[in-house]
Amino acid sequence: MSNEQIVHTGTSHGTIHGADDHGHGAHHHHETFITKYIFSQDHKMIAKQFLITGMTWAVLGGLMSVLFRIQLAYPDQNFPILETLLGHWAKGGHITAEAYYALVTIHGTVMVFFVLTAGLSGTFSNFLIPLQVGARDMASPFMNMLSYWFFFTSALIMLSSLFVETGPFSGGWTAYPPLSALGSASPGSKTGMDLWLISMALFVVSQLLGGLNYIATILNMRTKGMSMTRLPLTIWAFFFTAVLGVLSFPVLLSGFILLIFDRNFGTSFYLSDIFVNGIGALPNEGGSPILYQHLFWFLGHPEVYIIILPGMGMVSEILSTNSRKPIFGYMAMIGSLFAIAILSFLVWAHHMFVSGLNPFLGSFFVLLTLLIAVPSAIKVFNWLTTLWRGNIRFTPAMLYSIGFVSMFISGGLTGIWLGNSALDIHLHDTYFIIAHFHLVMGVAGIFGMYAGIYHWYPKMFGRYMNNTLAYIHFWVTFAGAYLIFWPMHYEGLAGMPRRYYDYTNWESFKMFAGLNVFISIVAIIVFAVQLLFLFNFFYSMYKGRKVASQNPWGSTTLEWTTPINPGHGNWVGEIPEVHRWAYDYGKDGKDFIAQTTPVGAGETVNH
Amino acid sequence: MSTFFIIAVLILLFVVIFQIAKASEYVAILKGEEKSRKQNNKINGFLMIAFLVLGLVGVYYCHEILGGRVLHESASKEGEKVDEMLHITLAVTGIVFIITQILLFWFAYKYQESDKRKVFFFPHNNTMEVVWTVVPAIVLSILVVIGLRNWFIFTGDAPKDALIVEVTGKQFGWIFRYPGKDNQFGKKYFRNIDPSNNNLGLIWADNKELNQKADPATFDDIVADNTMYVIKNRPVKLIIGSRDVIHDVGLPHFRLKMDAVPGIPTTLWFTPKFTTAEMKEKTGNSNFQYEIACDQVCGAGHYSMKGVIEVVEEDEYYAWIAKQKPYYYGAFPEKDPSATPPAPGGAPSSSPDSAAKVTTASVTPMSSGNQNSKLK
Repeated sequence: MSNEQIVHTGTSHGTIHGADDHGHGAHHHHETFITKYIFSQDHKMIAKQFLITGMTWAVLGGLMSVLFRIQLAYPDQNFPILETLLGHWAKGGHITAEAYYALVTIHGTVMVFFVLTAGLSGTFSNFLIPLQVGARDMASPFMNMLSYWFFFTSALIMLSSLFVETGPFSGGWTAYPPLSALGSASPGSKTGMDLWLISMALFVVSQLLGGLNYIATILNMRTKGMSMTRLPLTIWAFFFTAVLGVLSFPVLLSGFILLIFDRNFGTSFYLSDIFVNGIGALPNEGGSPILYQHLFWFLGHPEVYIIILPGMGMVSEILSTNSRKPIFGYMAMIGSLFAIAILSFLVWAHHMFVSGLNPFLGSFFVLLTLLIAVPSAIKVFNWLTTLWRGNIRFTPAMLYSIGFVSMFISGGLTGIWLGNSALDIHLHDTYFIIAHFHLVMGVAGIFGMYAGIYHWYPKMFGRYMNNTLAYIHFWVTFAGAYLIFWPMHYEGLAGMPRRYYDYTNWESFKMFAGLNVFISIVAIIVFAVQLLFLFNFFYSMYKGRKVASQNPWGSTTLEWTTPINPGHGNWVGEIPEVHRWAYDYGKDGKDFIAQTTPVGAGETVNH
Repeated sequence: MSTFFIIAVLILLFVVIFQIAKASEYVAILKGEEKSRKQNNKINGFLMIAFLVLGLVGVYYCHEILGGRVLHESASKEGEKVDEMLHITLAVTGIVFIITQILLFWFAYKYQESDKRKVFFFPHNNTMEVVWTVVPAIVLSILVVIGLRNWFIFTGDAPKDALIVEVTGKQFGWIFRYPGKDNQFGKKYFRNIDPSNNNLGLIWADNKELNQKADPATFDDIVADNTMYVIKNRPVKLIIGSRDVIHDVGLPHFRLKMDAVPGIPTTLWFTPKFTTAEMKEKTGNSNFQYEIACDQVCGAGHYSMKGVIEVVEEDEYYAWIAKQKPYYYGAFPEKDPSATPPAPGGAPSSSPDSAAKVTTASVTPMSSGNQNSKLK
């Protein structure tokens, strides 16, 4: 560890205090390849494992979307290469309906859970929590390692479901029974669904292990002086994310367990009055498929905030750092995160307005759903005010953060349409929904992830990513995302249903055939540009420009007081003490004042 | 061959981009990193404002091209309220969209790094924060009030004179049932379903094993596949169910939809404003159909699960219904009183399309007394 330096720079005066934690991590003994790279208990390595697994799934999930977009664009053409790739799922070069639905389903499942939950909050909660609160590692590094390996196993099982004879699950990522409960109703609901359920159950375990760890670390392991209101907003966001996950994932698991019982042990939790073509009447009576929807969306809605909150936290941090200006309304930002976290548990049934839910009950969910727009609006206005009169540096991370805000506005506003049940009754399950959630959750979530990767890459690997490639990556992705999803609003307004394999026989929707071609072509281009990012990521790991200074972005937070390539344990000497909040940018004519700098005489204190 | 060609071109393109990117890094080192960073900052600052302008032009252009394809007049009276709400919500969110996006990109452009600027240390301001908490809350409350008023109309009781049709989804099609002359739906039970002649499981016969008695109200029920007939300007109430998995009765032209859930009947009502023939004229599309689109994924045939609603004038409707034979006689031709020549074994629902064209005067008004049809 020759390039490690003791914590002292011109701006951070880490005062020496106490003699605890003496050099714990700096000289970690005898690490083998296996303990360092595979069964690592270092939070930074686990973060990288989450990131790379997440990226692998992002490529697979993205590739699936390219395949089904090809079908949507050219429903009557054959592409022999598809048969080469997919075998009998694309006989004659034409994707079958069953394969199309499997692609749509697995795309949704892996993007939501593996990429935007594990890949996003798994990566950055692990990486940043100890570094930014000033801890040597997580509360339980072993549990942390288990969390990754449960996720890995879960991902492996999901992957294996792609290769079973009856195909992977194909009933949509929400897996509503009876379709998901009856193998006789859909081939994908046979072995594929068993594997899907096992995979998701393991995934829930992984999330719980991770989430408990994040909460424990944030509450108990902050360094001296790091009060809760001095935490960077990233940590607040990860904290609420973890709380949401810990409270809602068990409910999802309970829903899955009942589904497993219905599928395998003859119970009727979700099944009633069913006659399957070619099979006959089933014995089940008295169950309610709506029960599953309640259990699913009790996780499913907090889940979208589990995806977006880490993005919000990182974007707050990056916008402030690169505007060289404090985040506007720090307490309001925490308050709005808190409000979102609470409200997210009280809005789940807005996914069920047309499911036959009691309309009176539905009306409460309309009110609460639109209320959640208030804290979201506060966040947007605060971000805008943070930019105002700043001195903005357009690092790739900053570009993605601005892109995040733009996407969050565009996608968030359509939430006001959909949350109003009387509009949802027209727009539900159309392309309007696809446009809405891809912009506000999918694209914004992935933008948050890109922002985080570009910003903390120097901390992760001690090198920079290539800026030119990053700029190309950003501008093409940004424009492409709008070109793909903006026109879909119109398809949705026309009532065009989602999850259709082919629209050519529909008098009401076939006028969008040309538009579908356009969207697919843009989607393929955007996918190709993501490969450019991937190349940049791995190439820069070995060949990128080396980071020369400890604090390349001129940031106030603790992770930049560690050595350029921190070892297990993060700080070589003492863990620095914190004297101020994380956003003293541009104060008293100074560019920035690190959290470790003691408050000077006569200085005004904000927190 | 062309596939390989495309892949080769793509790889070549990647290599070119990569070489440029690498070269730019060397240039940066030669020029001095600080200088090249500032240059990049200028470029990205300009791209921010360019993106804003092109984006807003794009939004306008997109609306020019696509706007006309979506906003046909609503074909139901209730749908007018949906459209009205769409416009109010579009106005509110549209204004917010334009203002916030302009501010976002304008600030990004205007406040790009400059050596001359001293940043404004501005950590918080209570007045501003209260304003942008309270104003959205008020605006959203107004939208909630408008929305809920409509919601309770849509989900409230159908008018007393509503025509009632039962809609049942199955993989992958729709079954429609009319109550027949007695204006009452007979009971059904899913274990009686027989795809050959009793696809809803109507209770026609006593069955000790299932502990059920034949329901005479079933004998005159009319069952039809694929096409549903309703009357212009007369509210129609749908009683929606499913035989297997969850489906959804999606009615884009009427701006409504409702799930079809096995075991749990749902309802939906609306008042069609235009006949199918009128819509053909209005849209200038001679193939126009009111399509029922299944909106809840239900298996591999989901995309083909289409139903058709024929909206006709009142007399056409009664002419059509008069020609329909009760479903019961399809299964028991010998019980059909009119069947002097034995009825052909097909289901009575086999020719609804041709019936639409017949316009006779033989109107058989339904007794408008008892509308409280019983389910099950």
